[in-house]
Amino acid sequence: MAKFTLPANSKVTRGRAFPAGSDATNTREFVVYRFDPASGENPRLDTYHVDMDRCGPMVLDALIKIKNEIDPTLTFRRSCREGICGSCAMNIDGTNSLACLKSIDDCNGAVKIYPLPHMSVVKDLVPDLTNFYAQYASVKPWLETQTPPPPDRERLQSKEDQEKINSPSACILCACCSTACPSYWWNSDRYLGPAALLQAYRWIVDSRDEATGERLDALEDPFRLYRCHTILNCTSACPKDLNPGRAIAEIKKLMTERRH
Amino acid sequence: MSLVTPLNRVLGLGSAKEGVEHWWGQRLSAVALVVLGLWFVLALIRLEDMSYASVVDWLQAPVASILMILSLLTAIYHSKLGVQMVVEDYVHQPALKVSTLVLSVFIHIAAAVAGVFAVLKIALGAVG
Repeated sequence: MAKFTLPANSKVTRGRAFPAGSDATNTREFVVYRFDPASGENPRLDTYHVDMDRCGPMVLDALIKIKNEIDPTLTFRRSCREGICGSCAMNIDGTNSLACLKSIDDCNGAVKIYPLPHMSVVKDLVPDLTNFYAQYASVKPWLETQTPPPPDRERLQSKEDQEKINSPSACILCACCSTACPSYWWNSDRYLGPAALLQAYRWIVDSRDEATGERLDALEDPFRLYRCHTILNCTSACPKDLNPGRAIAEIKKLMTERRH
Repeated sequence: MSLVTPLNRVLGLGSAKEGVEHWWGQRLSAVALVVLGLWFVLALIRLEDMSYASVVDWLQAPVASILMILSLLTAIYHSKLGVQMVVEDYVHQPALKVSTLVLSVFIHIAAAVAGVFAVLKIALGAVG
């Protein structure tokens, strides 16, 4: 039967509040999702008041300040703090983005921070990306050829052909797009999702790749590809301004092109 | 705990090598319905009145009945594809999913036959 009740641990309770120091004059409220599956407790929303005169401009700066100075139990992924590693993807102020690229000033009121939507939560802001990475691996994200490479140099590609893969190659696999997609929420076990499909497209349009047909064969499926209903949440969520929605549409066009 | 690898789970039963037809059919029928829908609305507006007699009179003309049958079949085909997509999206319990899909096909075919029969009955001999 269709499920109308939420699974256990979906009811989020009110958590603790951490006031800023008494000398702080310019504070900002951060409401952060906290969940520890090992504790057996339901998730809660903790509130942190952060002294903005002693905090960097980005949401990640605030999270690091909270972890360092207020509550060391807060758990989140981060690495490069400049939008190239994709680790700190989370749902901030209602939209998926990278905490390191999201300015605190761009958030309305209290800054609400949740893990990426509709994913299993490992702890606090850390989602389980096992399935997401397996989907990426399933599109065989590497060059496949039959022609041996020239003995004396790399495989050549024209400038125009290179430009076709420029944008999809810039994907950092942060999962903001896939976890913003309702189709991915309902069917992530069978629908590959915008991130994996953008990468599939990146190899489909690569002029050096000789497995285009096999790649299209593998995607030609009511669930793997055609669960996309062009909602385009993926494109509006992408923190790198890429266009997975367009890439999926191009794949669908190629699917019809090879039949007519 | 499952010992199946994540990649194995994603690969599942493999690609169905299907879906293009469904996608293309939905787009084509949508485009056709724009034209047919426009014709239907305009034809109704241009009727002198909405009495049974004048509607039957209008529908008895060959062009009107042919376009009406086309509209019916296109709309029902489009609806069949759409309902299938909605069920596949939201119904995950296998037995319920399959039975809903089968039921939907039966209902759509029955609606198509009934619709065509009704138009033919009017076109080929209803009394005004």
